[in-house]
Order: sequence, then C-alpha cells, then structure tokens
Amino acid sequence: MFYKNKMTLITDLTTSCSPTWCPGCGDFAIWAAFKNAAVAQDWNNLNTVLTAGIGCHGHLLNYVKIASVEGLHGRAIPLATGIKMANSRLNVFVFTGDGDSLAEGGNHFINACRRNHDITVILHDNAIYALTTGQTSPRSPHGFKSKSTPSGNIDEPISPVSLAIASGATFVAREYASHIPQLSELIVKANDHKGIAIIDVLQPCVSFSDLYTHDFYQQNTYYLSKDYDATNQTKAFEKSLEWGEKQIPLGIFYQVEKPSYEDQIIQIAQRPLVDKPPTKKDLSEIFKKYS
Amino acid sequence: MENQDIFRLSIGGQAGQGIKATGLLLAKIATRLGKHVYTYSEFPSLIKGGHNLIQVSISKEQVFAPSKSTDFWITLDQNTLNVHLAEFQDSCSIIFDEEKNYDFTRINKKANLFPIPLSKLSKDAGGSQIMSNTVALGVAIALLGADLQIFKDLLLDEFGSKGEETVKVNQLAAQNGYTYALEHFAEKKKNILFKEDVVEQKIVVNANDAVALGAIAAGLQFAAIYPMSPISNILHILASNQEKFGFIYKQPEDEIAAINMAIGASLAGARSMTATSGGGFGLMVEGLGLAAMTETPIVVIDGMRPGPATGLPTWSGQGDLRFVLHAHQGDFPRIVLAAGDPLEAFYLTMQAFNLADKYQTPVIVLIDKNICEHDQSMPFFDTANYAIDQGKFTTEKEAEFERYKLSADGISLRSIPGSGNFFIANSYEHATIGYDSEEIKDINSQMSKRMTKLVTCAANEDTSPKLYGPQNADVTIVSWGSNKGSILQALKDFPNVNYLHLTWMSPFPDKAVRAVLEKCKYIINLECNYSAVLAGLIKEKTGIEITDNFLKYDGRPFFPEEINEKLKSVLQK
Ligand SMILES: Cc1ncc(C[n+]2csc(CCOP(=O)(O)OP(=O)(O)O)c2C)c(N)n1
Ligand code: SF4
Repeated sequence: MFYKNKMTLITDLTTSCSPTWCPGCGDFAIWAAFKNAAVAQDWNNLNTVLTAGIGCHGHLLNYVKIASVEGLHGRAIPLATGIKMANSRLNVFVFTGDGDSLAEGGNHFINACRRNHDITVILHDNAIYALTTGQTSPRSPHGFKSKSTPSGNIDEPISPVSLAIASGATFVAREYASHIPQLSELIVKANDHKGIAIIDVLQPCVSFSDLYTHDFYQQNTYYLSKDYDATNQTKAFEKSLEWGEKQIPLGIFYQVEKPSYEDQIIQIAQRPLVDKPPTKKDLSEIFKKYS
Repeated sequence: MENQDIFRLSIGGQAGQGIKATGLLLAKIATRLGKHVYTYSEFPSLIKGGHNLIQVSISKEQVFAPSKSTDFWITLDQNTLNVHLAEFQDSCSIIFDEEKNYDFTRINKKANLFPIPLSKLSKDAGGSQIMSNTVALGVAIALLGADLQIFKDLLLDEFGSKGEETVKVNQLAAQNGYTYALEHFAEKKKNILFKEDVVEQKIVVNANDAVALGAIAAGLQFAAIYPMSPISNILHILASNQEKFGFIYKQPEDEIAAINMAIGASLAGARSMTATSGGGFGLMVEGLGLAAMTETPIVVIDGMRPGPATGLPTWSGQGDLRFVLHAHQGDFPRIVLAAGDPLEAFYLTMQAFNLADKYQTPVIVLIDKNICEHDQSMPFFDTANYAIDQGKFTTEKEAEFERYKLSADGISLRSIPGSGNFFIANSYEHATIGYDSEEIKDINSQMSKRMTKLVTCAANEDTSPKLYGPQNADVTIVSWGSNKGSILQALKDFPNVNYLHLTWMSPFPDKAVRAVLEKCKYIINLECNYSAVLAGLIKEKTGIEITDNFLKYDGRPFFPEEINEKLKSVLQK
C-alpha cells in the first residue's frame, strides 16, 4: 500500500475507549483495516470525518480518534452527504450495517448511489441485526432462523452489491473483514475514487449467526480474476448475483469514472461552502422583483 | 362591511387559467399607485380544472385580511357565480366574457354587468384564450380609472425576460380590454385606482417569499427541502437563487433525508435549514432529536395545513403547535416561534438562524398556509439591524477541545470536522468529548447542560408577546399565527378591544402573558384548530383558564366580519 507520509501515527488514532465488541467479531478486523488505511493515507482531524449509523458497527467511532458523527439508525448516509456538500474537501466515511442501510435506510442508500456523492460507505455485512441481539436482516437468507423468524425467514435476501450497481453507484466492491491488508487497500481505493464507493464487508457476527462464520467465508470466497472487466455494468450486476458454496466473489465488481455530485455544484467549484463564514446578504435586487 | 375604505376585486375561474398571476398583477399595479394591498386565494389540490379564486383588497391604508364580500368581479367561469354567490355585493360590478352564456339569475339585479368579448379581444391581440384574463384586467383598470401605462410598464417588467413578443402580445391584450371598456362603458368609470400623492416603494410578498428571503439575508448556506404544500414556494425561491448567493439547495429523497442532510451540513459548519408541512414534519421528528442531542443548530420551518394524514393540502390550519412543541421522545430544549404575517416571517426566520447557532439546538418556525400564499404589500424589509451571530463557535484548533464541556449557561464551544479538533457528535448520551457514556454523572450533567440552554435563552432573548390596541380594554383577544391579520382588521371598529399576539411558544413567555391576561376583563382565545391548543398552553404555563374559545377548523381563515360579529355578541352581553 502507498504510504503518503508519517504524519499520522497509529497511536494518534487511539482513543481512551476499548472496544466492546465480542471477541472474534468481524468489526475488529474492519477497525484495524481502517486504521491502517488512515495511517497510510494520513487521514486525521484536519481532513477526514467519520459517520455511522446505529448497530454494533457504529461503536467503531469511539475507537478512532478522528472527528465523527454517530447519527440515527439508517440515517448516516444523508448525514454524510450533507457534510460532504458543505465541506467537499473532507474525506467522508460512512460505517453502516446491513440493517442500517438496507432496511431502515434503504431509500437513502439507493438515492445516494444514484447521485454519486463523493463518499465512501463501509457496510458491515453480518446478515443479522446484532445490536438488537439477533433478528433477521435484509441480508439473511430465506429459511434463516432467528429470534424474529423462529420458523425460518420467509423474506428473500437482497445483495447490497447488486442494489448498489443497480442504483448507479460508480464504485462497488466486496471484501471479507479478516483480509485486513486487502481491505485496507480497498478502503484507500474507495476513498480515492471520485463519487460514491460502496464496500460490502462480509463481517461474521460470532454471537448471533452460526451461518456466516469466519470458516464459512474463508472456504467460500474467491477473488474476481485479473481479467474481470469491472467497467461493464450488466456483467457486474450478473456477477453480483453470485452467492453460494465456493461462489462468493470478492474484489471490485464495478467501477466507472463519472463526475461526482459535488463536482457538479457550481457554488462549490472554487472552494467548499464552509471555507467562508455565513455572510449577511443584500436583497435589494430581489426586492425589485416583488414590486 | 364596516371598512368602507377597502376596495375588493375578485377573479374567479378554472385552475390553469392564471387566476392567481392575474391577481398579483393587479396587486402590483395598485402598489405602484401608492396603495396597500392584500391578496387572498382559494384553490383545490388540482393543477388543471377545479375552481380558483383570488381576491385583491386595495386601500390607502394597510390591509391585513381578506373580506367576505367583493365589490368588483372578473368572472371567468360559471362556478365563480355558483360557488361564491354569497360574496357578491348587491351593487357589485361583474366583468365576463359576452360569448359565454353564464347564468346570472341568482345575482342581485342591482349588479352592474359588463359583457366584454374577452376571447375575441384576446385573439385580436395575437394571444390565446388564456390571455382573456389580461384583457379583463385591462377592462377593470379602465373602469376603475387607472392609467394604462402603469399596466404596460408592469407587463414589461414581468415578461421582459420572456422576450419582446410576449411583452407585446400581453400589452396589446391589456390595451384591447382598456380601449373597449372606455368605448362602451365610459359613463360607468369610477375613480378608485388613482395615484396617491405619496407613492412609497413597496414589495408584495407572502410568508413563503419572506422565509426564503429572510434565510438568504441571514447567510443561509445549505437547505434541503422536500416539496409539500404550502411551503413548496420556499424551495422554488431558494433553488432559483442558489448560484447567485452561493448557498446550496438540495431536493432530498424524503423529509428524513432532508433534516439529516441539513444536520450534516450544519455539523460541517454551514448555516442550514429545512422546511415542510405537518406530514413531512412527522418524518423529521427523529432528526429533530438528533440535532438536539448532538447540539447542532438547525432551522425547521413548518407550514401548517389542516387535518391529520393528507388532510386539506391547499387550505390553512393551526393544528401543529403542540406537535412541534412535543415531537420526539425524551426531553430536550427547542425554540419554537410562530409568525403572524410575512413581515414577522422574515424577521423571525433571520432571528431563527442566530438562535439556532447561539443555543445549538433546533429552532422551529411555524407559519400557516393563510400567510404562506397570501401576498401583502409592505415596505422593503429592512436588514440594517441584523448581524450574524454564530455564538460559541470556532474553526480553529483548540488546545484542549471538549465539545460538550459543562458550562454555567449550558452552551459549549462548537467546532467542525477538519478543524483539527477531535469530537464525536453523538446521538447516544455522551461524556464531554462525545464518547458514549452511561455513567450517571454524565447522563445527569449532560441533560441538565442541554436543558439549561433554554433557561439561558429565556433570560437573554425578548420573548414577550405584543399587545395591540389600548392597554386597558373591555375585551382582550389572544391568538397567534395568521389570525393576527383578521384580528387587527376587525379591531379597527372596536376601540375598546385589544389583541395579545404571541410569537414565542418555547421558551414560553409565561410571566409576560400572565401579566397581561391577569388584568383582562374578558378574554377570547381565537385559533384555527379544534382543540384550542394555545389556550391549553396558556393554562399550562400561567394557570389562567380561558373559557371563551372562538375556533375554526374548516381550512378557511377567520374573516374580519366573523370576528366583528363575535365581538359584538360578547360586548352586548
Ligand atoms: C429508529 C430505530 N429503530 C430501531 C432501532 C433499534 N436498532 C438498533 S441497531 C438495529 C439493527 C442493527 O442491525 P445492523 O444495522 O445490521 O447493525 P449491526 O448491529 O448488525 O452491526 C436496530 C433495529 C433504533 N436504534 N432506531
Ligand atoms: S453481537 Fe455480533 S456484530 Fe455485535 S459485537 Fe458481537 S459479534 Fe460483533
């Protein structure tokens, strides 16, 4: 991975809180991967902001010493897009869950993808509602038994990768949480990408899911081949539907260059909105239209 | 009608016939002649078809409210005669298209009928049917003694940007009507629209205009607003002015996104707002608490309309007061203001941005459809005394930054991501830096810190209501919001009645309200809702129970005539 400089040290990112995740939780790995990327890229309190929804994933904000916003369940994406529009210079990260972004915040997920806001969304995909102690999620497979589906889930799951591609996201990838170096690299690429980047991170929940375990992902994932064409949206969508034994692709499914939402706002072409404090405006010209 | 000095002209027709636009043209003509105007419109939630009406009240003095009856009519469909029959003055004048066979049998015989070939004159001008209203307005201003040139100048100002041809056709249509009227009805000409000796420059605005302009003037940087009646025009005005003034307007996917985007932008350091009506506010409730918990400034406009669910989209109501005062779980400080007319809407909006910044909490401004869409003439808004106040805020790196540091006034220093300062703007209860905390001392100290801000606000700001009319009166009316206009209009006929108008609902000016009401001989509480919510709030805050609640919840505003009747019946007792 490319190291920009040594300004930000891993110790600079350390907070006074210790993680409360269950031992073995995939969130530890995502945390580590993010911090490594932050050190490599010198993401710090001068250039970066983190946001999160509500879920086990959201606790991460307490463990990274970069200014952050813990929002509401499902609402981290509109919060992040508001931040990005106001200060387009910041690297804006969203840590979200599958319940957070596919159920409660599904509408925001779709619309942020189609608008191509220049943010990076790291979706902690544990196919379960973990913080609320184990109900079914939009990622849980048909037949899945959980506290809310004791006789088996009737709903069909949805893939965040398929949804993101269909919704017009311009960078869509998947990684397995414990592939820490690869995930770090992917997070860097996602942030470098102009426009929205969605990373579906397969994150085992060791407490509430014995279906999608570390073992399961270690055995059933594979990387997209070198000659895979990530610029073909139709092919990417087709690929995103793949899921099963030895059949879970990892890597960048889709990436295209398009102007980001923020690139197209004339008002911030020169400088971010918040570079200037609010100023009182003279309305005499407008008043004429009302007389 | 007691107020003989007000002249009322109404235009009725189908939706899509440009009824409201024609009324606004007349309002501007009258304003340019040095008059004051008030426009009142009624329309269903339809774009084409359906019945539309606009009433323009014109006077030498300021007009605050609509009237129940009209002196002069431009009738562009039969429905105008059917639906508004009771509003036709006995000796009113009626302009209509002579080619249409309208049924006038139910109209009083004393009425002056002006059959005009509107469609023909419109086509002669090279225009389409829709320009019949411009022809009719040409007729009206001829019969009312106005100068045609002032109309032509206005058409140039209004349509100039659409090209010379549009201006020419419109001016010709106006002229055709004007000339026809003078050729056929010269003897009926009255001298009403004459130029006043003093002509002050005025604007003709409604509260939607006022909110948008107030926000821009106050340095708005970001707005996310999902369309909804009656506030959609706020977003239209913001959208069309964003590049000129350098702020961003974003149409979000829903009201939940609207408030969360606005909170995000505010957290990043931008002056931010959103606006909606009751239904959309329902979706924003969750975000309101997020702003309060993270202590993020945000201005939320609620333009009220009647009824739960979809209710009556294009009518007016005041049923949201308790909703905005209590919306969201738990306790948190909120500032709630209510505007009674466009002027108040302008100044309260500007003030709302400073209050949000100073007290780092949501500020809600209530307006209602009755002022959102009814234009009034008034002097240019004066912003000379306004100064932006961002409160305790820094973009510089602080040596020891604690976002939620405890302080006597409850307000802590706010900063932004990217400043170098580390903090977590946390929707969970938190300790001073923002880390999650469930420690009893953090829970108690942070809650009391937040709530203290409201006490600080009440102490620092002038929240007192305004008393109109004599200090001591036989009857006192208490009310809020757009009722102000009709009450002030009605009060002109009652020197012994005064009016207590509230604009601050939270923090509530309990002492000031009690001081006035304690001394009153007889109190009438007047509101446009079923439950007399203000009376309830007054009882809760002051202990004073108002038993005479004069209420209306049919979507129509109070007319001065109704208040007049009410006052007469009370005074006769
Ligand atoms: C409006 C609202 N509804 C419900 C909840 C309760 N809740 C908290 S987290 C959560 C789901 C968590 O699932 P996910 O987003 O997948 O995150 P995870 O805990 O699995 O990381 C729910 C339902 C809430 N906090 N807010
Ligand atoms: S409940 Fe599951 S997701 Fe939450 S911390 Fe434990 S293992 Fe991780």
